[in-house]
Amino acid sequence: MYDIKALYEAKSVPDAIELLLAHPQARIIAGGSDVLVQMREGKLAGSELVSIYGLDELRGIKLEDDGTIRIGSLTSFSHITKNRIIQQYINVLGEAVDMVGGPQIRNIGTIGGNTCNGVTSADSASTLFAWDAVIEITGPDGVRLVPIQEFYIKAGVVDLRPGELQTAILIRQDSYAGYQGHYIKYAMRNAMDIATTGCSVNVKLSPDKTTILDARIAYGVAGPVPMRAHSAESAVRGCAVSEETVDAFGKAALNDVNPRTSWRASREFRLQLVEELAKRALAESIRLSGGTI
Amino acid sequence: MHETQYKLVRCTINGKKTETMVDVRASLTDMLRNDYRLTSVKKGCEVGECGACNVLIDGECFNSCIYLAVWADGKEIRTLESLLGPNGELSDIQQAFIDETAIQCGFCTPGFIMTAVEILESGKLYTRDELRKLLSGHLCRCTGYENILNAVEKTMKRRLGVAVEK
Repeated sequence: MYDIKALYEAKSVPDAIELLLAHPQARIIAGGSDVLVQMREGKLAGSELVSIYGLDELRGIKLEDDGTIRIGSLTSFSHITKNRIIQQYINVLGEAVDMVGGPQIRNIGTIGGNTCNGVTSADSASTLFAWDAVIEITGPDGVRLVPIQEFYIKAGVVDLRPGELQTAILIRQDSYAGYQGHYIKYAMRNAMDIATTGCSVNVKLSPDKTTILDARIAYGVAGPVPMRAHSAESAVRGCAVSEETVDAFGKAALNDVNPRTSWRASREFRLQLVEELAKRALAESIRLSGGTI
Repeated sequence: MHETQYKLVRCTINGKKTETMVDVRASLTDMLRNDYRLTSVKKGCEVGECGACNVLIDGECFNSCIYLAVWADGKEIRTLESLLGPNGELSDIQQAFIDETAIQCGFCTPGFIMTAVEILESGKLYTRDELRKLLSGHLCRCTGYENILNAVEKTMKRRLGVAVEK
């Protein structure tokens, strides 16, 4: 038995909004792999919950007419990995979420929950940052769209106002067309572990594959929330594909990050990871794009 | 005083249509063990890390300890008990766990076997590394995993008619 004060099961998105407004203290529960665990730990014990798990309308991935990839917030990690649209256009996202927990966790865990808990180590978050994802939020005043960088306010806090829930994650065609990316999760175990630091990179090369037209990089656990490393991006934009460029990318990333020492790893170790993972993920992204270093 | 909140949960368990009133605070593990006496579903870590409570829901594996019982409404659930034949005969995968000494204390076994069922029913031939990843949501403190991998790999190959190394 869980220490749940009251459970309200939403029948639809408008119903969820009403329930959230009627019970302002209630927490949203999606797949529950964070909420129920925190309830067991005592952190959320005695909470009221609004369950949105039954809202199948928030599941699935669609390619919209304008080329936007729309991922319903309740889509599980395993369904993202297996989805053909993801595999074709942003395979790295499927690979990244395939590193969350273990198989059973990937069946229950949702991409919406992974981003709404505001945790820096979320395996989906760095890749979503690196692909300029947009968060769709539905609330009493309708739908609003927020870039993922603005969605994260501080550790554990995201931009969800009273009565609001995240309903989809959008990736626009401009953000993915022509890009190839790679995610590296550095952790102590290969399964059932949380990233010590995670790094997601993607690049767009010139047609002759010798110049980096654009590069984007984001980290998990390099600061209190997932973050982009804009210095690294500008350090290589327009540069020739070369070993020097890759090295410069790793070095420049150090200007943007601010990791801390935690029981998982020291700040110093994380800084080394920041530089090294950036280089490796860029090199792999270049290789995936058909470039050679 | 807190008033207990109940919900009617109708679902199919091991091929049988069932319904029961459950306390909304119950996990699916609680419901399967207490209401249906399906004690192959073990209470291990109860935070979704060890896989001892793993069951199949609509064909996919879930740790039932972090799955609310009320969510089972309308779902098809399978536990280890469903694998037995009409006279209690063991299925091939259960027998393989015995033959390969993939069991010591047995606490993790039902969870492992239900993940194996999902793997086997996919009809795919996986490499050893892929199997290792597919089984990585289970902790076993006795066997060291190698025999478990052997049991799943051999059963997979037998079902697919692929040669099994002795």
